Amino acid sequence: MDMKRDYYEDVELFQSGTILFWSVVLLIVLFALPFFLPSYNIYLLNVILVNVILAVGLNILVGYTGQISLGHAGFFAIGAYGTSLIMMHLHLPFFVALIIAALIAAFFGFIIGLPALRLEGPYLAIATLGFGLTIMHIIGRWEIFGGRMGITAPPLDLGIPGSSLSWVIEGDIKIYYLILVMTFLLVIGAKNLMKTRVGRAFMSIRDDDIAAEVMGVNLTIYKTMSFAVSAFYAGIAGGLYGFVVGFFDPFSFNLILSIIFLVMIVVGGLGSIMGAVTGAALITYLQYDLLKNVENLPYLGTLLVNISRKWFTVIGLANFSNIALGLIMIAIVIFEPLGMFGIWIRIKKYWKTWPF
Amino acid sequence: MFEQLLIEGVAIGACYGLFGVAVAIIYKTSDVINFAQGEMGMVATFVAYHILTVYGLPFWIAFPATMVFAILLGMAIEFCFLRPAKDPNVLGLLIITLGAEMLLMGLAGWKWGSEQKDFPFLLSVHKNVEILGLSVNEWTVGVFTLSIAIMIFLFLFFRYSRLGIAMRATQQNVNAAKIMGIKVERVFSITWAMSSFIGAIAAMFFAARSVLDPNFMMEPFMRAFAAAVLGGLTSIPGVVVGGLLMGIIENIFGYAWPEWKPIVAFVVIIIIITVRPSGLFSKHFVKKV
Repeated sequence: MDMKRDYYEDVELFQSGTILFWSVVLLIVLFALPFFLPSYNIYLLNVILVNVILAVGLNILVGYTGQISLGHAGFFAIGAYGTSLIMMHLHLPFFVALIIAALIAAFFGFIIGLPALRLEGPYLAIATLGFGLTIMHIIGRWEIFGGRMGITAPPLDLGIPGSSLSWVIEGDIKIYYLILVMTFLLVIGAKNLMKTRVGRAFMSIRDDDIAAEVMGVNLTIYKTMSFAVSAFYAGIAGGLYGFVVGFFDPFSFNLILSIIFLVMIVVGGLGSIMGAVTGAALITYLQYDLLKNVENLPYLGTLLVNISRKWFTVIGLANFSNIALGLIMIAIVIFEPLGMFGIWIRIKKYWKTWPF
Repeated sequence: MFEQLLIEGVAIGACYGLFGVAVAIIYKTSDVINFAQGEMGMVATFVAYHILTVYGLPFWIAFPATMVFAILLGMAIEFCFLRPAKDPNVLGLLIITLGAEMLLMGLAGWKWGSEQKDFPFLLSVHKNVEILGLSVNEWTVGVFTLSIAIMIFLFLFFRYSRLGIAMRATQQNVNAAKIMGIKVERVFSITWAMSSFIGAIAAMFFAARSVLDPNFMMEPFMRAFAAAVLGGLTSIPGVVVGGLLMGIIENIFGYAWPEWKPIVAFVVIIIIITVRPSGLFSKHFVKKV
């Protein structure tokens, strides 16, 4: 369908003028959104953007390199705790702290990448799962991390704290713009990365690692690099998340969170940046808004309350989001293994060849 | 003191082994890691709890009824969720079982609420009996006998029975098994039923030891899964030995550093599978191009 005539056409960031146009429109809409939305929705948007960063990073690992990770909540936690603690104890500016925390996460990603060289499938799943649990446990135990009580994020200071250059930003709207810029940069970065030599090496490992090795792709370097890059994204996302919610404890970063991250990229479409973005947005919206107060939905809500009265418990209806997410996960794999990206491809194909 | 720790470790390890065997059976036949195993056991335990407390029926009715429910649940999950998936890869299967896990957890929370309950089990942790001069509780005796019996049964089953051989054939090559006249779909169904059955028994033992709530199988499942990986997922005796090792390591290290008890096992597992990627007892398959 899309014929590529030379290399430069293949590595172009925007394949056509239409995509460029709609990307710019999307960006303008995103910049204008806070003027039209009530403040709770800005908070929701912030969480969505944080999850977009994480999903894009996770997609580099799972969708492009073909490794499995059930421990991304661990990297997320390292980012969140790292940024806040560095700012609190070392009094560094926000961006420095964020980068340092993300690099720490990337280092842990590299460490986890080492056993991943020899493991695959279920064995890799258990190794990463163990890593996520270990991080959660260590944070919960050590006093410096605030223990089980959790910690409150310090004021978000973009300048140098405690001097005349201090520039504290407060409120969801200002944080929104900060996160939006970062998300934009990181998504473009990921898209670019996938068009370079490194990105192609990742994809060749996913398609067949033995063939990739024979062709001269250094598995040791690229597999660990994939883990490190993915963990770096998770670290940045975690650092921003800390300031979005303002308060967090070790139990926020549990196994269910890692599973939900996986759901985001599977629903969106593995191996597609825009898929990860839409998947993260959709799942976060479902989880934080639509399914949170399911009894207020028209028709479905009253029906569910009646069912609850008769066979279940009304108080347990809060668990409905788990049921819905579980069903979505199963349905996606059964009916649309490529996720929303697959649906999009099909629609596009249909219209391009219309009326045939 | 050391003997006591060892016995407790062996007992909880036998329980991990039993549950790990449930995971391993499914992996052996269909190459699926069933992340919903813990929640399948959890729902079955809740059904037993419901029969025992709400209907007030005695244990000898509740137990067989629960087992029938567990078997049907296992078959239903295989039939509804895994069979329709066309040509899924490892990640797709993982996502399906994770989805089933969240679904079952949500349903149990919806039905029974999330507060913790005591599970009235036949064998108590608090009643002790004397065996060979050592005082051990009933629960330990029960779990140990049962897991040894099930392990011996499964070992013989996979080695000598027609169905067991059919299961092994299915694992090696689905298409070749079909050509040989094995009804592969029926084999999968029976596998899931067996696994759910064993998992439900193990889950009841876990519930008797701790409390009953929709999350209670999460930790034991991960330990059991880790134990199964440690022993090598394809060998049933390996899984049991892995479970025992896991229980002993956890109990002895946990006694020395109680704070780190929940994660000591995972650290050991990560180290061991880094050195031996397919676990301690399974043959390492060299990948063919």
